Amino acid sequence: MNLFAEFWAWIGRPEQWEGPAGIPVRFAEHVGYSALALGISALIGVSLGLLTGHTGRGGFLAASLANVARALPTIGVLFLVVLFTGIGIVPVLAALVALAVPPILVNTYEGVRGVDADLKDAARGMGMRGWTVLWRLEVPVALPLILLGLRTAAIQVVATATIAAYVGIGGLGRYIVDGQARREYDMVVGGSVLVVLLALAVAVLFLLLRRYGVSAGLRRRGSGVA
Amino acid sequence: MPPDEPLVRWDWVLSHLDDPIGTQLAEHLRLSLIPVLLGLLIALPLGVACARWRRLYPPVFTGINVLYAIPSIALFFLLLPYTSFTDWTAIIPLTVYTLSVLVPNVVGGLDQVPAHVREAATAVGFAPVARLLRVELPVAVPVIVAGLRVAAVASVSMVSVAALVGLGGLGQLILTDGFQRQFPTPIVVGIVLSVALAFAIDGALVLLQRALTPWARGRAER
Repeated sequence: MNLFAEFWAWIGRPEQWEGPAGIPVRFAEHVGYSALALGISALIGVSLGLLTGHTGRGGFLAASLANVARALPTIGVLFLVVLFTGIGIVPVLAALVALAVPPILVNTYEGVRGVDADLKDAARGMGMRGWTVLWRLEVPVALPLILLGLRTAAIQVVATATIAAYVGIGGLGRYIVDGQARREYDMVVGGSVLVVLLALAVAVLFLLLRRYGVSAGLRRRGSGVA
Repeated sequence: MPPDEPLVRWDWVLSHLDDPIGTQLAEHLRLSLIPVLLGLLIALPLGVACARWRRLYPPVFTGINVLYAIPSIALFFLLLPYTSFTDWTAIIPLTVYTLSVLVPNVVGGLDQVPAHVREAATAVGFAPVARLLRVELPVAVPVIVAGLRVAAVASVSMVSVAALVGLGGLGQLILTDGFQRQFPTPIVVGIVLSVALAFAIDGALVLLQRALTPWARGRAER
């Protein structure tokens, strides 16, 4: 069996591109859930990371919570929340946010913590205080790590948003679920390859963000915690 | 789900400790550890080669980044027709994932061996291979173990997803015993045991690192 040929034949059929089960609709659902989950996670992860990193307080607690969340089995969270709230977007968002917050939080915290003490002294010497130090110095210097955390989270989120189909709200995972149920393997391949392509696109997007968002002097540094 | 259903029915837990809870826990441990071990077996020589021959690293690094972006969850389904319901369907995608964490850490660990340590080892008569095995790799252990910890915890949490292709240890407990019967107890048990397993493996790796780096003891904890 040739994966590429299967995918090409499947994606080439005109009916795939129309109607409420067509690729554009499924793609939009998938990207929509992912973006929403990533947005919520970034709000939680980045703000907690900046706060703990800047003040130096609560960092250990935040890192410990992130580690527990990192160890949570995604489908456990998904199915448990489904039993209590029923089918819908809430269980999917809960599972994806639990998945995405840890890498964002940990990398943001490490990034801000790791800012050179000399740089902070220099910033204070130039008259910066509190929030100004955070926004004008710590965030730009920590940006490579913050972006790395967001990238890790985003790739995992677009991949895992596939589970939305298991609780009946569509997305690209629908092709995988339906294909498995009907034993139409080309459909499973089609859905999986689209998810892979989306994940690769996200990786490229973050490469570009890093290229154009990070100050040139900082670009060579920052390996970070994946 | 009936509205008065409790989150955990302890009598169910007690009467099912051996099967399915115990068997699925053992299965989960096996399916999540094999990828980490395989990943380490591949990452060590690959990382050593990349650290030694620098020109190898950029293409390997790019390849790893592409692999990292390929979601395990999609790979599970793409592998199904080739490996069907054998363990390989879960093991291959997770091994690929652990490589994306382990190779950079092996290279990074070897890179941060101080030049004076390397020179001292050469000066006291270590040949290149012996120097690698007995000086450089031991000094790189903390960074390599840090990668192993990330890979192991991720592996334990990701194995559950393989329940969707009929594998997956505790994921099976969550999916077939719990969700499909609208019964929260197995789901809670699955989540708790999965997190506990991740922490147990993480703790074991910390102990392993202590055992492998006796010289770091007595110094301030990092």
